[in-house]
Amino acid sequence: MSAVIKLKTLQGHLQDLNGFTKPKVQFEQYETPAHIAAVALYTIQTQYGSLQDKLVLDAGCGPGILSIGAVMMGAASVTAIDIDRDALEVLQENIDDLDINNIDTLLCDFLDEKTCRWENYFDTVLMNPPFGTKNNTGIDMRFLQMGLRCTCNSVYSLHKSTTRSHIEKKIKEWGVKGNVIAELRYDLPATYKFHRKQSQDIAVDLWRVYHSDS
Amino acid sequence: MKLITHNMLTSKCIKGVLTGFPLAINATDIKIKEVDFNSEFITRVIPKLDWEVLWCAANSIGHSDGLPKTIEPKFEEDEEFLKKAHHVLLEIEVEEGHLTCPESGRQFPISKGIPNMLLTEAEVQ
Repeated sequence: MSAVIKLKTLQGHLQDLNGFTKPKVQFEQYETPAHIAAVALYTIQTQYGSLQDKLVLDAGCGPGILSIGAVMMGAASVTAIDIDRDALEVLQENIDDLDINNIDTLLCDFLDEKTCRWENYFDTVLMNPPFGTKNNTGIDMRFLQMGLRCTCNSVYSLHKSTTRSHIEKKIKEWGVKGNVIAELRYDLPATYKFHRKQSQDIAVDLWRVYHSDS
Repeated sequence: MKLITHNMLTSKCIKGVLTGFPLAINATDIKIKEVDFNSEFITRVIPKLDWEVLWCAANSIGHSDGLPKTIEPKFEEDEEFLKKAHHVLLEIEVEEGHLTCPESGRQFPISKGIPNMLLTEAEVQ
């Protein structure tokens, strides 16, 4: 499948976006690096055609790098949701700067299934969920499961490679299908004071998880 | 907030609220933002929506002109209709105002185009 712009161009645009102004540890706010977002979105479009002309949800969008990248890859309409108002305001600044009109932002708790009537609604769900490391064990799996409820097709989600066998077990349990479509390296800068090292290189998997009948 | 998003929102998470749908819209600032028309996309989205709720929402904020109350069986062949639906769903933006739960009256503020659907722990069931 074709892509409307080149990978390098996409990464270049994404590098210029504003990030979190005040990252909040309770929401595990780590920015998705531009190269990860660009490679992920490029793969999602060129291998699976899941962005161009699609209805897309960015769950836990933060400052919106995946939402904006999805629009650059041709998404028809993107809904970007987050539980943190400050992050959404940065996203709003980013989309105003770029004159993008097809991203709609919503402040809500993605894990509360009652707020939105989204069962099987989106073509594609994108997420870089909290890894669930800081007093939040299992939150990544709850994001993934909720993402599956909201799509009639696929969820694309970033997870630490160390959780690969756990995810394989979970998707079997849920009766859905999935596989790792890209292996990436996440150079996580020291965002919070409790980080001892300046930066840490973490292996992450880009998962495509989808309903068996889609 | 676009009306496509409003079509999916409920206040069912509030303690004691049964359906919480549709939320009433009170808009104090509306902007029109141009979005590329994609007829194939709009045709695919329309069956996912509650059309009556969309019509009422558009009407309540004064933007239902020319929008039919019901969908015709062969709507996908009517380009004028698809363009109207595109406009109402994607180009009308409620920038400031609030949404109101039809059962409890709880208001959800919309500011800078972002609806705040968060509830306090005491409000959740």
